[in-house]
Amino acid sequence: MTAIVNIFLKEGVLDPQGKAIHHALDAMNFEGVEDVRMGKQIVLKLSTDNKEEAQKEVEKMAEEILANTVIEDYTIELI
Amino acid sequence: MKHIAILQFPGTNCDLDTKYAFEKLGCTTTIVWHKESELPSNVDLVVVPGGFSYGDYLRSGAIAQFSPIMSAVRDFAKSGGKVLGICNGFQILTEVGLLPGALKRNIGLHFISKFQTMKVINNTNDFLQKCEKDEILNIPIAHADGNYYIDEESFKELEANEQILLRYSNEKGEPIVVNGSVTSIAGVCNREKNVFGLMPHPERAIETILGSTDGIKMLEGLIA
Repeated sequence: MTAIVNIFLKEGVLDPQGKAIHHALDAMNFEGVEDVRMGKQIVLKLSTDNKEEAQKEVEKMAEEILANTVIEDYTIELI
Repeated sequence: MKHIAILQFPGTNCDLDTKYAFEKLGCTTTIVWHKESELPSNVDLVVVPGGFSYGDYLRSGAIAQFSPIMSAVRDFAKSGGKVLGICNGFQILTEVGLLPGALKRNIGLHFISKFQTMKVINNTNDFLQKCEKDEILNIPIAHADGNYYIDEESFKELEANEQILLRYSNEKGEPIVVNGSVTSIAGVCNREKNVFGLMPHPERAIETILGSTDGIKMLEGLIA
């Protein structure tokens, strides 16, 4: 089973990298971009096929190290 | 004579500067490799120095927090021992949870390396006891992730408990935006005032020939 963890700065926490990308897109005349948030994606290959077990374990990983929950939110997708 | 433990992670690069600074101030020092699980028994102060532990992978300081030595540092701090985190050390101490808040990428995305003036906000702590309140200090900064963030509620506590140590300012003491930090914060301490963290490098401001000696009174406060 594969777990995909997406990590983004929380809403309301200014994202300097997203902002810079937004400026660049504006400068390149791409129109209609209202907001840009930059995050990171961590892909984990797991030995288990048990979805519930995987979800629990990856949540623990996200809370303890993958994300800094003071400033970041995360989502977990299991495939 | 005070004994200082200076931690060393893969990627730490201010360990020897820190050792030099504290020895110049008359202390003895031990460099402690991050794989160690115990601090030397006679330690008066633990310094987590600057650098790029683990190449800043994942987040600055994120991987270093799980090094074996960090449990010993956590125990040392919990029992009242003094801990100072400089730059990457500050990032590590926020990741471990010994200091509140977090450090994000600088607002302009640039790595900023220069002398910077800053104002002493609170001196009711060991670290800044030798500085005057509102004193302007000139100390080098060198970081990419120094943009201090803390949520509003915790910020109020920080302010009420006199945990804000320093704010970036101009020479008149007016706060200025350097890296995007909440209210220009450059350094904070914990509620118990025994764990200190700051982005500026006091260990690089101890000799006139290098441009400033303002770092001496900071470091001296911790070994008084």
